[in-house]
Amino acid sequence: MRWGELIRRLVLVPPTLFGVAVIVFVLLRVVPGDPIAMMIPPGASEADIGRLRALYGLDQPILQQFATWLGQVASGDFGRSISVRQRVLELLLARLPATIELALLATMIAVVLGVVAALAGILLRGRRAEWIVDGGIGMLLAIPDFLWALILLLLFGVLIPLLPISGRIDPEIDLNLRSNFYLIESVLAGRFDIAFALLHHMILPAVALALPFAALVARLLKASLAEAEDQDYAQIARARGYSRPNILLHEVFPNALIPTVALGGVQVTLLLGGTVLVERIFSYEGIGNMAIDAVINRDFPLIQGLVLTFAVLFIALNLVVDLVVTMLDPRLRYG
Amino acid sequence: MSSLSRRSLLQFAGGAAALPLVSGLNGGALAATPGTLTIAYNVNLPSFDPTVGLSAVNPTIQSIYQAVFDPFIGQAPDLSFKPGILTKWGWNEDRSKITLDVRKGATWHDGSPVTPEDVVWSLTRAADPKGGNPIQFVWSKVGNYKIDGNTITGDVLEFEPTLFKWMAFLTGYILPKSYYEKVGAEGFEKAPIGSGPYKVDAFERNAFLRLKAHSGYWGPKPAFETVVFKFITDSTSRVAEMESGGSDLTFEIPYEEFDRLKAKPGLAGQTKPVSDIAMIFLTDIDPMLDRNVRLAANHAIDKKSIVDRLLKGYGVPIATLEAPGYAAFDPSIKVAYDPELAKSLLAKSGYSPEKPVKFTIQTTRGFKPKDYEMIQAIVGMWRKVGIDATIEVYEIAKHFELRARHALAPAAFYNWGNAIGDPSTSTGFAMFGPSPHCAWKGKDLVERIGPLWGEKDEAKRIAGYKAVDKYIAEEGEVIPLFQYVQPIIHKKGLKVVSQSNGMILPQLVTPA
Repeated sequence: MRWGELIRRLVLVPPTLFGVAVIVFVLLRVVPGDPIAMMIPPGASEADIGRLRALYGLDQPILQQFATWLGQVASGDFGRSISVRQRVLELLLARLPATIELALLATMIAVVLGVVAALAGILLRGRRAEWIVDGGIGMLLAIPDFLWALILLLLFGVLIPLLPISGRIDPEIDLNLRSNFYLIESVLAGRFDIAFALLHHMILPAVALALPFAALVARLLKASLAEAEDQDYAQIARARGYSRPNILLHEVFPNALIPTVALGGVQVTLLLGGTVLVERIFSYEGIGNMAIDAVINRDFPLIQGLVLTFAVLFIALNLVVDLVVTMLDPRLRYG
Repeated sequence: MSSLSRRSLLQFAGGAAALPLVSGLNGGALAATPGTLTIAYNVNLPSFDPTVGLSAVNPTIQSIYQAVFDPFIGQAPDLSFKPGILTKWGWNEDRSKITLDVRKGATWHDGSPVTPEDVVWSLTRAADPKGGNPIQFVWSKVGNYKIDGNTITGDVLEFEPTLFKWMAFLTGYILPKSYYEKVGAEGFEKAPIGSGPYKVDAFERNAFLRLKAHSGYWGPKPAFETVVFKFITDSTSRVAEMESGGSDLTFEIPYEEFDRLKAKPGLAGQTKPVSDIAMIFLTDIDPMLDRNVRLAANHAIDKKSIVDRLLKGYGVPIATLEAPGYAAFDPSIKVAYDPELAKSLLAKSGYSPEKPVKFTIQTTRGFKPKDYEMIQAIVGMWRKVGIDATIEVYEIAKHFELRARHALAPAAFYNWGNAIGDPSTSTGFAMFGPSPHCAWKGKDLVERIGPLWGEKDEAKRIAGYKAVDKYIAEEGEVIPLFQYVQPIIHKKGLKVVSQSNGMILPQLVTPA
C-alpha cells in the first residue's frame, strides 16, 4: 500500500464511522424493545413513564437525540450507560483490554497451529497421511467457535477438570495492577504468578476462538504453499539439489505467506466477532460479554459505544493487515 | 516495574507450557477455596446502587443487594416480615402518620454508625422525582419526616397500603447519607458501602464480586468470611461449574440437569416453590372480547400435565394470580381442566375443531424453563377443542414494550414475580387497566380493583382482592398457569435456606 492509498484509507475512516453510527442509532430505535419499558415499575403512571424517558433523554426527537449523542462522541463522551449507570467510555476502556488480550492469544495459537498444520500437510502432499491433515482441518473449520467453547468447557471443565471454565482471573487473587491489560502488564512487571493465573483462565476461550481460525490459516497457507511449490523457482531449487524442507521453509514459505496474511488477516475480525459468544460461555469479562447484556437490557448508549468500538477495531485491523502485506510483498511497495 | 530479562521470559514460557500439567497435578486448583462460599450466579450485577435504574427493579439481583445493603424491613423465608434496620414500624390510628424505630448499634462498612438521618435521607432521596428511583411513586406518598431520638415520624401524603411491604423489597434499602454525599453517585458505584452482613472487597464487572464479612454487622455473624459471586449467565456453564467443583452453589438450571446433578456424589439438591408464576396475558381485543373463547382457552389447558411432563413435576398449578403463600391466596377458587366444557363454550360462539377460532399467542423462547415448549403444548391442547393459535416468538424486551403500549397479541406468555406476596403487586398491577403492566383494560376490573388501592382496612383489602380473583377466574380474563419451583444445587456439607421470594442469601448459607 502506498502512502497515497494509506492517506485515502485514513480519510475514509470518519465517514465510515459516521455511517456506522447512523445505522446503529436508527436501528436501535426502530427495532422493538424500549429500555424504559423494561424499567417501568408496577403502578407507574403515564407521568412516571414520561419522567423516566426524560431522565434518559429518550423523550427528544430521534434527530435531536442523534445530534446530542454525536456532539458528545466528538468531544470524547459516549454518554452514560442506562443499565450500568457509568460512563460508556470508561466501561469500554475497562473491558476492551480483556478482549484484546484474548483475541491476541487466540490469534497466536491459531497462527502456530495453522502454520504447523499447513507445513505438515504440504510435507505429506500426495501421501495418504495428507488426508488425515485435510480431514482434521476440515473438522476444525466445520465446527464454529462457540461450539468449540462448549466442547472444551465440557471436556476440560467437567470430564477432565484441568482448567477453570469461568472468569478472567481467580477471585481470590488481588491484582493491584495499573492498567486493564492484566496479562501484558503482569508479564512486563515480572509478576508471573498472576500471568499464569490469567493464562490458566484464558486458555480454553482462546483455544475455542483459535481452532476455526487455525483451520482457515492452515487451509489458505497449504493451498498457497502447494501453488508456490509448483512454481519454476522452487522446481529449479529442487533440481539444484536443495532439500524439500529447506526449499519449503526458505523459498516457498515467504511467498506463500502473502496471500495467507491478506486473506487470513481479514478473518481476525471474525475472530473478534466470535468473542461475543465465547466470552459469554466462559463468563470472560470482555466487551463481547458486555455486548450481550447491553442488548438484553436495550442499553442504547452502551450498544452504540460497543458497535463503534468494534467498527474502529475492524477498520484498524484491516489497515494493519494491508500494511503488513505491503511490507511482505515488494511488488506492492515498489510497483 | 521490574525489567524483563531473557531468563525471566524463558521462565514464563516454560511455566505457561506446563500450566495444564500443574493444574492437573495440584488437583485442587478448581476446587472452591476453604472458608469461602462461591456462588455461580445467573445474572450480572450492572450497578451497585440498589435504588436507581434498571437493576433496581430486577428481582434476581436483590440477593446480592441484600448481602451488602440492609433493607428497611427484613423478610423471612416464608415471605413474612421481620425487623431489619427498622425494629418497629406502623401507621397511627387514622393512617395519617407513620412511625419508624431505627435499630441502635448498626454500623456502615466504614465503621460509622447507621443513624435515623440516614433512614430519612434514603427515604427522601427515593421519593425525589428527579432521583431516578423506579418505585418513587410509592416513596413519594410519605414525607415531612421528623426525628426524635431513634424514632422517625412521617406524614402520609397519600395512603399506600403496601408501603411497609415495599420497605422489604425493590429499592427499599438504606444508604449512607454522609458517605454518598461525599463520594457522589459515581464514587459510590466504584466503592459502595452498606450496612449489610457483607462488604464489597473486589468487583470485576461481568466476572465476579468478592465480599468479606462485615465485622460490625448487627445481625448474626455470617458463617463464611468470604463470599464470591461468579457471574455465569449461561446455564450450561453453571452446570459445568458445579461439576468441575469451581463453585459451591448454583440455581436456575434446567430441571433435567438438576435431577442429574443432585444424584451425583458430593452434590445435593433442594427445591422450593417461589413467588414467581407463569401466566398468559389475555388482551381485551378480538377474539378475547368473547367470554366463551376466554373461558374455553382456560379450561382446555391441562396444567398438571404440563408441569409433570415438561417441568418434571417442578411447578404448582394455579387458578388465580395468587400463588400459595401470597396474602390473598384462596384455594377455593378452581379453574378445572375440562376440554368438553371448553368445546361446548366454543360451540356457543360458533367455533369447533373444524371451524376454530384463530388468534396469535406470543412467547419468549428460552427466557424461562421450557417456555416455548409449554406454549407449543398449550396450542396443541387448544387445537383439540377448536382454538387455532399461531405462535409468535419474541424477545422479552419486545414483550415489555408491547405491554406498555397495550399492543400485545390476544394471548401472551409471561412470568410474573411478586416477592412481597401482596395482591396489589400481582392481581392489582397485572389486571388494573391504568397500570402499564396490564393487558386487560376492561372497565369491569378497573371498577373492582380501583377502590382497593386506598383501602385502609387490611382484612377488607385482602377479601376484596380474593373477590376480584374469583371474578377474574369466572370471566377467564387471564390464564394463570403454575407457580415456579426454584432448583438449587449445592455441595454436600452446606445448608442452604431456600427463600420463598427466590433469593439466595449467602448470609443464610451455613456448613451443615
